[in-house]
Amino acid sequence: MAWRSRAFSYGVVVPFAALLAFPFAWMAVTSLKPEAQVYDPTKVWSFHPTLAAYGFLFHHTDYLLWLRNSCLVGLMVVVITLAFAVPAGYALARLAGRIGRALGVAIFLTYLVPPTLLFLPLSRVISQYLHLSDRLWALVVVYPSFTIPFAIWLLMGFFKTIPQELEDAALVDGCSRFGALVRIVFPISAPGILTVVIFTFSLVLNEFVYAITFISSSANRTLPVGVPTDLIRGDLFNWPGIMAAILLPSIPLALVYNLFLNRFITGFTGGAFR
Amino acid sequence: MGAVAAATGRHRRRRLRYAAEGRGVLATLLISPAVLFIAALVGVPFGLAIYLSFTDATAGSLSGKWVGLDNFTGAVHDAIFRGALWHTFLFTLISQAVVIVVAGLLAHALVHGFRGRWFLRFLVLLPWAAPVALTAIGFLWFYDPQASIFNWFLVHLHIVSANNVPNWLGTPKAAMSSIITVQAWRTVPFATVIFLAGVSSIPQEVDDAAAIDGATGLHKFWYVSLPLLLPIAIVAVLFGVVFTATDMVVPYILTNGGPFNSTQVLTTYAFQTGINAGNIGEGAAIALFMLPFLAVVVIGMLFFARRAEVA
Repeated sequence: MAWRSRAFSYGVVVPFAALLAFPFAWMAVTSLKPEAQVYDPTKVWSFHPTLAAYGFLFHHTDYLLWLRNSCLVGLMVVVITLAFAVPAGYALARLAGRIGRALGVAIFLTYLVPPTLLFLPLSRVISQYLHLSDRLWALVVVYPSFTIPFAIWLLMGFFKTIPQELEDAALVDGCSRFGALVRIVFPISAPGILTVVIFTFSLVLNEFVYAITFISSSANRTLPVGVPTDLIRGDLFNWPGIMAAILLPSIPLALVYNLFLNRFITGFTGGAFR
Repeated sequence: MGAVAAATGRHRRRRLRYAAEGRGVLATLLISPAVLFIAALVGVPFGLAIYLSFTDATAGSLSGKWVGLDNFTGAVHDAIFRGALWHTFLFTLISQAVVIVVAGLLAHALVHGFRGRWFLRFLVLLPWAAPVALTAIGFLWFYDPQASIFNWFLVHLHIVSANNVPNWLGTPKAAMSSIITVQAWRTVPFATVIFLAGVSSIPQEVDDAAAIDGATGLHKFWYVSLPLLLPIAIVAVLFGVVFTATDMVVPYILTNGGPFNSTQVLTTYAFQTGINAGNIGEGAAIALFMLPFLAVVVIGMLFFARRAEVA
């Protein structure tokens, strides 16, 4: 029985893992190819690898600038998100009864309202009322609209796993409710909060629709918009450079995802669907 | 006099602190900033989207005239729009059907420990962790008419002949399959992760009892695992449906609705109408046709969330 289940596992996982990861392998191969050889049918697999594409990316494009913009927006959005979502997530997790549950689900449902529905009205708000067209601040203001509901949902899941008794004990020992929050609850939920930080940051790195609508100049672009719009010279694609541009942020993100996966699942499925 | 004022001040402060200690007050204080922020940045634009869809607002003119249902009737009589509606449905249905099957298999295979599991799971997670706008550009290269790596494999496995290779993004049918493939590829990991959580939460005793009763393979899956998995699996699938039906990135980058509008979906068409052509009112009306997809998902979520809790 044991060998059969192991054979099933390998038989399913190995081919699918190969299929799902193959695009990244081919990106890596292409990124190491000399640009002149990418269309050469005799050089599909055998060629002299070069790091020229990476050099091109760092020295002749705005890549590092886009990376910096993405990180800057990401950090600010993370701070704003935590400031709003940690208190709300905690209160919703502890608020017993129907109101708390209904409110939690309602906030979660707003996460499902897609950017593709809101980008048209928001583009007017950004340009006519806030005067933030083509500025990173536009993204800093708008991104929390989906990161906050997402973060509240995850945090609700984490806070529910912390026993109420711990806080009650602190109250008996003379702590105020707020004190119990700061001294007991937050330290225990630090790993959960770190998970929220990581997934919020990656939501920002992923966002495309708002970034392409609100930002118009190359110097203000974020990574996901800069690469598809500016790494194309005329009609010419620098494919090795583009592949390098995709791989560089993707691999570290995937490693971090893998590390925090179990905590993500706890938070995600612990909210109310349980 | 001063002493009395100080005393009442202290008294008031203590009363305030006492009130803040009350659960309801504290909860309201903690929750309301987030609710207000969401109302301002989701609720207001949502209402504005509905308002704009009844006007002829354009990027140039500040406020449009009220035109009633014109934008909606205009959309319904527009062949490209009807195509977009149909493509959105196909794009969502087929990609998510593939995802359910693959993720279900992967979750069952990944649940037991085996050598190399960490690395294989890392490989499976890659498409989800990488920013999709970037990986979609990668597929632009994999589908390249002259140098497609997929075609290299097909030719060398003698499935197609070298002088008649498919043009993945250049012909209508192939283009639709291509964007569906990419969407399935990038949603599989998330569904796998959630399914995996469901499978691992099935207690070992249930598994053992089923084994003692002689249930194996498909039987066990159908009668034991599936019913226990269903609520959480449906939540994962509904997520996939929302993020596919309302997604713009994959079709926008790979085909931008082409060739000949054969991969036009609601989101790309709303973008082209609202931003590129500047007809904000019409674009908003087109985007609002996503609401039925959303409504189905929301109702499903609420229904299964309650069931999952009762169970």
